[in-house]
Amino acid sequence: MSDIDSSMHDGRALGRIDPATGVASGSVARAYRHLVLGVAAAAALLPILYMLVISTGGSDPAAPFLDGGIAETASRTVENYRGVVADENTDFPLYLRNTLWIAILGTLGTTLSSAVVAYGFSRVRWKGRDAVFIIVLSTMMVPFPVVMVPLFTIFRELGWIGTFAPLWVPAWFGNAFSIFLLRQFFLSIPRELDEASRIDGCGHVRNFLHVILPLSTPALLVVALFHFMFVWNDFLGPLVFLTHRDQFTLALGLQLYLSKLGQTPWNLLMAATTIMVAPVLVLFVLMQRTFVEGISTTGTKG
Amino acid sequence: MLWISPWILGFTIFTALPVVLALWYGFTDYTLLEPPIPVGLDNYTRMADDPILGTVLWNTAVFGVLTIVLGTLLSISLATVLSHPVRFRSFWRAAVFAPSVLPLVALAVIFKLAYDPEVGIANTLVEGALGWAGVRGPNWFGSGFWAMTALLLMSLWGVGPAVVIYLAALRDVPRQLHEAASIDGVGRWGRFVHVVLPMISPVILFNVIIGIINAMQVFAVPLLLTGGGPERTTYFHSMYVYDQAFTFGDMGYASALGVLQFAIILVLTGVVLLAGRRLVHYRGA
Repeated sequence: MSDIDSSMHDGRALGRIDPATGVASGSVARAYRHLVLGVAAAAALLPILYMLVISTGGSDPAAPFLDGGIAETASRTVENYRGVVADENTDFPLYLRNTLWIAILGTLGTTLSSAVVAYGFSRVRWKGRDAVFIIVLSTMMVPFPVVMVPLFTIFRELGWIGTFAPLWVPAWFGNAFSIFLLRQFFLSIPRELDEASRIDGCGHVRNFLHVILPLSTPALLVVALFHFMFVWNDFLGPLVFLTHRDQFTLALGLQLYLSKLGQTPWNLLMAATTIMVAPVLVLFVLMQRTFVEGISTTGTKG
Repeated sequence: MLWISPWILGFTIFTALPVVLALWYGFTDYTLLEPPIPVGLDNYTRMADDPILGTVLWNTAVFGVLTIVLGTLLSISLATVLSHPVRFRSFWRAAVFAPSVLPLVALAVIFKLAYDPEVGIANTLVEGALGWAGVRGPNWFGSGFWAMTALLLMSLWGVGPAVVIYLAALRDVPRQLHEAASIDGVGRWGRFVHVVLPMISPVILFNVIIGIINAMQVFAVPLLLTGGGPERTTYFHSMYVYDQAFTFGDMGYASALGVLQFAIILVLTGVVLLAGRRLVHYRGA
């Protein structure tokens, strides 16, 4: 992050005087750039603001944009959120707990197991390591719809259909993307540290626990965050593997709420959407750097 | 080997076995209630006379190509602007990224309201900007054209990660190259085409491949936004696989369709990688 910003400062020096023409290209270009960014940012944030405005307003979603809309917009209410929680056909507090439960179990599992596996791919020497790693990477190409039916039959044999297990147990066996990310990070840790700990009489287990893991917190955080976001976003998985409304995740709950549209007013629907979105938005605001760094590494070191 | 044993186990049970089973189910008639009955190539010959499959593949191709092209243009443009000296850079970057963290289901519900022809904000904005010229907002879900347009426009709210990736790639373009080119009298556009684009081409390639994999799997958004309609104009491949499996209970045909999907992804990725060999510039190569 810091080096992104510092390189931007270098860029600033370059931007003032266009080296091609030798003329100052400052203010017009700069104003233009800020205009573009302003429009892009406004457009990007619009859906979120829209959701918040409607979720705290009356039952006519067009009201804030009609004559007298300012008065409408000035009077906000949390009644809609109470309405969502009180709805007899859905149980959003339960969906929130279910989603959290799956997300926490899966995040713990994927982070731990991927770290162990990534250690095996970066710090332990064995024959055919790089060839096997290619297989790991290629599993990222397998689309979920391909394995959807067989997974259903496998989980049915295991008696897992209608339980949370299909949604978090597989995460405990490592995830290709996380393994890749952590392996790249582990490779960037100097080997001398391993050697030092070996001289101190540490085996691989202690080296992993006491040297590699503590140094890798940023990467572990990225992996954990991405899995958490994946669970929050996942729709097809719960749709296929969950059978009972008591087990619904927020994604399924919101779809259920939407499917009763006609009965569900838009302001309540937006309040329900806000309930689903709030945790990830808070995470994003708190951990913006982790997001950006994680995404940058995946794209440029791939 | 001990270290990677969790992955070996998980790979065997949750990836390799399902892929093998999908291949096997593809050659069977399978309804979940009874064991699969081998039927040879029936499921695959059936594809040839399946008009819905044709529709679904066409829709997926149209959506995929347009969303990748539009998304790439928009994300490279935004990344380029962001790579120049601007004030509040982290704020702009965060704002552009923000809608990408929303779960797709939530984003789809918001856009469902936004596109509502009666009360949604999309037509309020269209008519606010162009109402003086007599332009009326469309009935977004009323025709195939507008429904597809609605989906494509909405997909642009997901460019955040690509912008961040391109921004990082632009940062890695050595400044000496810029300077050398400008000393040679190459203008801004020329520098972009002859210096920047070749340098970031591996990243474009990566994003295109990710784009293909994602486009082939688009599911939740069209399901919630348009339900595949009107008249299957926004019905996509993954929705068809799901319906064959869990609506019609035809696991054999669904598996064959899944195998087809996997094959298409592999072939397209191969083609893109081959094309990339000619077009993409790898540093040091």
